[in-house]
Amino acid sequence: MEIKCHKVASGKAGGPALVTKDPISFLGNVNPETGVIVDPAHELFGRCIAGSVLIFPGGKGSTVGSYVIYQLKKRGVAPAAMINLHSEPIVAVGAIISGIPLVDRVPDDLLNLTDGTFVEVDANSGQIRISQSSTGT
Amino acid sequence: MYLSREEEAVARGERGETLRRMMEILVALGDIYGAEKLVPVRSVQIAGVSFKNIGDAGLEWISDLDGQVVVPSILNPAGMDLCRWREMGISEDFAARQQATIEAYRRLGVTIDCTCTPYQLYDSLASRGDHLAWSESSAVSYANSVIGARSNREGGPSALAAALVGKTPLYGYHLDGNRKPTHQVSVDANLSGSDYGALGFIVGRIVKDGVPLFRLRSHPSNDELKTLGAAMAASGSVALYYVDGVTPAPPVSPAAWEIAEKISLEKSDIDEVYEKYPGKDADIVALGCPHCSREELEKIAGLLAGQKVQKELWVCTARKIADSCPDLVARIEESGARVFCDTCMVVSPASERYRKMMVNSGKALSYIPGLCGVRAGLGSLEECINAALGRN
Repeated sequence: MEIKCHKVASGKAGGPALVTKDPISFLGNVNPETGVIVDPAHELFGRCIAGSVLIFPGGKGSTVGSYVIYQLKKRGVAPAAMINLHSEPIVAVGAIISGIPLVDRVPDDLLNLTDGTFVEVDANSGQIRISQSSTGT
Repeated sequence: MYLSREEEAVARGERGETLRRMMEILVALGDIYGAEKLVPVRSVQIAGVSFKNIGDAGLEWISDLDGQVVVPSILNPAGMDLCRWREMGISEDFAARQQATIEAYRRLGVTIDCTCTPYQLYDSLASRGDHLAWSESSAVSYANSVIGARSNREGGPSALAAALVGKTPLYGYHLDGNRKPTHQVSVDANLSGSDYGALGFIVGRIVKDGVPLFRLRSHPSNDELKTLGAAMAASGSVALYYVDGVTPAPPVSPAAWEIAEKISLEKSDIDEVYEKYPGKDADIVALGCPHCSREELEKIAGLLAGQKVQKELWVCTARKIADSCPDLVARIEESGARVFCDTCMVVSPASERYRKMMVNSGKALSYIPGLCGVRAGLGSLEECINAALGRN
């Protein structure tokens, strides 16, 4: 299945989907050394975002979150790509300075995708490819 | 977003990888906020300087950049006095990384003035109507409201992108339509000094990211406007306000304003802030949030004259201001107080070893507990000095 999207940060990458309906504050919600979500109140608490295609509504919190995304990338524990419903500046800037493909303006029901589904994000051409049709449950 | 031929070339990477990514940042932000195009900026003020805030990740990013700023660009406060950090109790390890951060900015052509009050140092950075890309929330508020320039609240990377490209996306507070008052605040009380910080502390919480228009009985000085704007930018995220008859007026006529709420405050509301956050039992007193002007240093020197402090007293200012009045600095330090430059109590890890800090700033009152893990109390400048002298 292919979905059209809007490029925020250029690049092309794929990986297993990791999906949450909670916004993410990279400063505070994520351990920058391990890529594990450390906020007990977050839906993804205990999960590791490394190598995933991280699908979430958007960012929130401190602008230092942009540097945390860069730190995740430098440590090799960043998501392979990210998809937002609507990107805000913290995640957008973090993705760009880190060279992580980021797209937004996708249908809301992408947040119902099953974790682990292989997703490929091609920000340059504004396309998301989902390996099997598995939206909804 | 429309890009000129030259901007397109930068975006394609024809001017190098650093500029390509910087342009990508500006275009992404422009897309998010619906900007039509980029606009040249007169100056840039860059956040993301204190190593406490940016950490190794930020330092690595800045160090990896390759380019030169093309407009006058200065820095936000660092995590320590760049010369007297040992006196602040800063570790060798932190100091080395902080110095490396400063060097990374210097290499990019940024002027090494670390201050939240660039407008107190150079008149040339901002005039009425200028487009700016400033980061520090209180400086943005001052530039928009008191100077009548135009700036959004930039993050560290977007400010640096603006400095290297010389432009910023045209949206938000750059446009007249977003500079209309949204709240009207009437204050039926005579205010002075830290009262403006208390007022800002209250109003920021109510209006959040709105644009308040104040009708005040008293006429605030520039230092008092600085205090008011800083507090609203910290307790809320106010980037623009008006004071009727004092600051430049809104660019659109009153008929076009969209006032969502009218707020009336009295002296008792201001007093409540002092009562709720008493300065009693503080083990440190810290002044200079935002950085002290020369006039404020004069007041502090006058209040301390001939006396010795019994508690730690920090006075934070910009190095250029301290260097311009060494006599004043010496008079303040004769009391045992210390005038620290390049840094402040909010962004320095040196604050973390205290239990409770007394301040005369609504901004510091908002940030110290969360960012430093230290309780905070509010007092007037006179009460703060008295506390430092052991008189309370």
